[in-house]
Amino acid sequence: MSLVNFTAREITCKIVYYGPGRSGKTTNLQYIFGRVPDTRRGRMVSLATQGDRTLFFDFLPIDLGSISGFQTKFQLYTVPGQSYYNATRKLVLQGADGIVFVADSQARRFDDNLESLQNLQENLLSQGVDVRTMPIAFQYNKQDLPGELVLQPSELDESLNFRGVPSFGADALHGSGVFETLKGISELVLRKLAAGGIAE
Amino acid sequence: MSVLQGAHRFEALVVGTSNRTAITAGRAVANAPGAAYNPLLIYARPGMGKTHLLGAIAHQVFAMNPAARIEFITLDEFVEGFHVALSTGDSDRFRARFGDADLLLVDDIQFLTRQREMQTELLRVLDVMLAGQKQVVLTSDRAPSEIESLDDRLLTRFAGGLVLDIAQPDYETRVAILQRKAEERGASFPDGVLEAVASLDIESVRELVGALNRLMAFQAVSEVPIDAAQARVLIGGLQSAAETEELVVEQAEPMEFAAAGQAAMVHAGDARRVLADALPGVMLGQSDMLGGGPVDELASHPHDDDDASHHDFGLAGEPHEYRDTHEFSEPRDAGGDADSLGDELAEKPALQADRDEFGDFLSDLAATLARQVDPWRARVGEAILRWEGEGFRTYRLERLLDDPEPPDPESVMVQYEADAEQLLELRAEAESLAPEMAGAAQLTDPGNMAAAEAYMQRVREGAVPPAAPVEHWLLDDLIEGPGNRMAVRAAQAAIAEPGNKYNPIVIVGGSGVGKTHLLHGIGNALALASDGHVACLSAHDFTQELIEAIDRDAVTAWRNRYRRCSALLLDDVHLIAGKEKTQEELFLLFNLFLETNRQLGFASAVPLAELSGVEPRLLTRLEGGLVVELPPPDRELRQQLVERTLAGRGQEADAELVTYIASRPAESARAVQGYVQRVLHSADSQQARANVTLAREVLEGAPRVVRKSSVPGRTVSVAVSSSGGVKSREKTVWSWPTLSERVIEEWK
Repeated sequence: MSLVNFTAREITCKIVYYGPGRSGKTTNLQYIFGRVPDTRRGRMVSLATQGDRTLFFDFLPIDLGSISGFQTKFQLYTVPGQSYYNATRKLVLQGADGIVFVADSQARRFDDNLESLQNLQENLLSQGVDVRTMPIAFQYNKQDLPGELVLQPSELDESLNFRGVPSFGADALHGSGVFETLKGISELVLRKLAAGGIAE
Repeated sequence: MSVLQGAHRFEALVVGTSNRTAITAGRAVANAPGAAYNPLLIYARPGMGKTHLLGAIAHQVFAMNPAARIEFITLDEFVEGFHVALSTGDSDRFRARFGDADLLLVDDIQFLTRQREMQTELLRVLDVMLAGQKQVVLTSDRAPSEIESLDDRLLTRFAGGLVLDIAQPDYETRVAILQRKAEERGASFPDGVLEAVASLDIESVRELVGALNRLMAFQAVSEVPIDAAQARVLIGGLQSAAETEELVVEQAEPMEFAAAGQAAMVHAGDARRVLADALPGVMLGQSDMLGGGPVDELASHPHDDDDASHHDFGLAGEPHEYRDTHEFSEPRDAGGDADSLGDELAEKPALQADRDEFGDFLSDLAATLARQVDPWRARVGEAILRWEGEGFRTYRLERLLDDPEPPDPESVMVQYEADAEQLLELRAEAESLAPEMAGAAQLTDPGNMAAAEAYMQRVREGAVPPAAPVEHWLLDDLIEGPGNRMAVRAAQAAIAEPGNKYNPIVIVGGSGVGKTHLLHGIGNALALASDGHVACLSAHDFTQELIEAIDRDAVTAWRNRYRRCSALLLDDVHLIAGKEKTQEELFLLFNLFLETNRQLGFASAVPLAELSGVEPRLLTRLEGGLVVELPPPDRELRQQLVERTLAGRGQEADAELVTYIASRPAESARAVQGYVQRVLHSADSQQARANVTLAREVLEGAPRVVRKSSVPGRTVSVAVSSSGGVKSREKTVWSWPTLSERVIEEWK
């Protein structure tokens, strides 16, 4: 996809929220949706199951307007976390410029996080994408839960974030850490862009 | 009269796209008051540097002309002064005060609103000053058209000059301002702190400086350097509650509240109190961060922890996701204290909304984008600041910033910087060759390198030193006799104290008496004694060079060649007669050399008193030095000359021959040398030894005894009278130029 078009002065970033089921990916998008002025956001598309679980994916286009002379658009996607929707995840991952890995901070979900992370790497590899070059940020969601239930960001960093990419503690339901995460991944994407990652 | 602050100078202004035009106009006005943009009116919101700019103009005008009368007042002072004058019946004096000023600077004219009387008075002052081509600069916090009930005539006057605004500084300028101010205050911050502050929505420079002061004050009481997140909390109050918590994590007690968001708000309140305690007198930014609610009230609000599991989608119960994804609906949960939770949730969006997270995100993103995607814009801004500081024109770079879509900004910038670097080198070269030429406008425009090169070519041509004295004409080789002793001794004295003893030294004498030798001898001795270049050439060559320089429009360079010399010696100076431009240039050089105690020397074949066609101002200066005459060589000198010439030809000095030749009358040393040469040539051609007989024969045509020819039938008798007449049957072609080739033809 066209990441930056200098001729048209357009930047379009596709950011995918990845992670295990029920980790709060859709909640991230919904919080963002609620904070973006009506004039700046497109229609949020969400295909959910009857049980309100993401069946296919969420899609939220945001027009950030002109920033430094660039018409900037973000396209935020989530993938279905459930393991049996891997084909959809692969599809959504295609052409991603950056990935937010939303981990569930609960200790009992640790294995799910690990499994999803491995799945992410496999899917990227299957698309010929070197995970080392893909901008990724971690979000450790549900940090507002009682301390005895959740792992601290430092512990999760140690276990999941072995590449030392930016990570953020979050409470997506109430918004804490949501925009910080979005900003973090945006910076990574834009930095890669400046380093020569300008796609046609 | 307003107090002019010493710091309000152009150098202290950070130039960005928002204020560049205003500052450029300010500089133009300061450099030529009354000549450009009169009146100049600058309007901007408070805190954008209007008063600074006025002060900078005042400083600049004063620096250039300390005698200039500068009136720097606010409109309030103008009004007050007028009222006092009216009350004392001294309004004429009040008006005269401004009538006499060379520069009038009036700050804050927006207060003219509805003051018809003062508007009329200001109009009158304006008219007087404009008529006298005296500069007027005014400032306002709004466009003149927005000043309520402003007299149309004033608007017309303003429109007749130049009206400019200073816009809100852009991100790059804000960073530059913060960096400059931090540097001025000797403060340093970790990377990203100033950038974080610059990315906040701070509209005026004054607020920006205030923000910096806050950072410094905080850092002064903090044990660890402030980081970007803390800076944002401190300055903008825009930090998230969680980050605020980090700010005071060591001071705050662990919170027990289950509702983390609310707890965080309490932390935010605590953070403010901690900061306020630590920094009495430091304003801590927006109190509306707390949603307008009292901190204590929030802090004391109990929270149920029933919603502790509201994120736990893994537990049984309804998932906490939004059902209607097209509308923002509050999360709900069946469990727990519904009312309490409802209150809490009803409160939170309001609190969060106040923070305008999306706006913050956009602001941060813009800063990131400026750094990452269009980093050249920041670099161009920095480059403009740098090269303007070097005195270079930067319109090439400014065009880049103006163009939303320049095709290849990087290469333009690289080329500009390469050109500017080259100009710096050229300027340094010019500085070494001709310091007064190094500041030329041609060397300040990287956009016109061709002009710079052409200019440097002229500088370099000017750098080629003028002709030096001929090396083999040394003073020591000059034979000193009674006749030339005075001149030689004077020359030696002048050499001993160049520029001080005899300056100028003027040698007057006929052709061939040794003026040129003496002049070059002086030149060589001076060159030996000093590091500088000694110019020694004929006045003819001097004039020819000048003509060529005029032809090439390179007179300045030509002039500079001579100005750099340590001594100037002109032979045949009488040849400048009637050459006005040569005399003018020589006059200028003359004065320069005299003022700087550099030696001047001249040789003239015409006595100064007999010189016509030379300007009196030059003639009197020539006569003002030492004028010495070189008479024709006396007998003693001639004798030494003959001996030296013979010795130079490897001839043993025949005393009789020497005496004979030296006794011959001669007007010049050159003539004496000619005698010797003729005798020696004749001897050579006859394969005979030079002696007095031969000399007589050659020089006087005296009869000589000729051996009879061994060849029969050939008449070889020669009869040459002492007067040179041919009396034999042979004749000599005396007019043949070379003695040895003169044909002796048998007379038939």
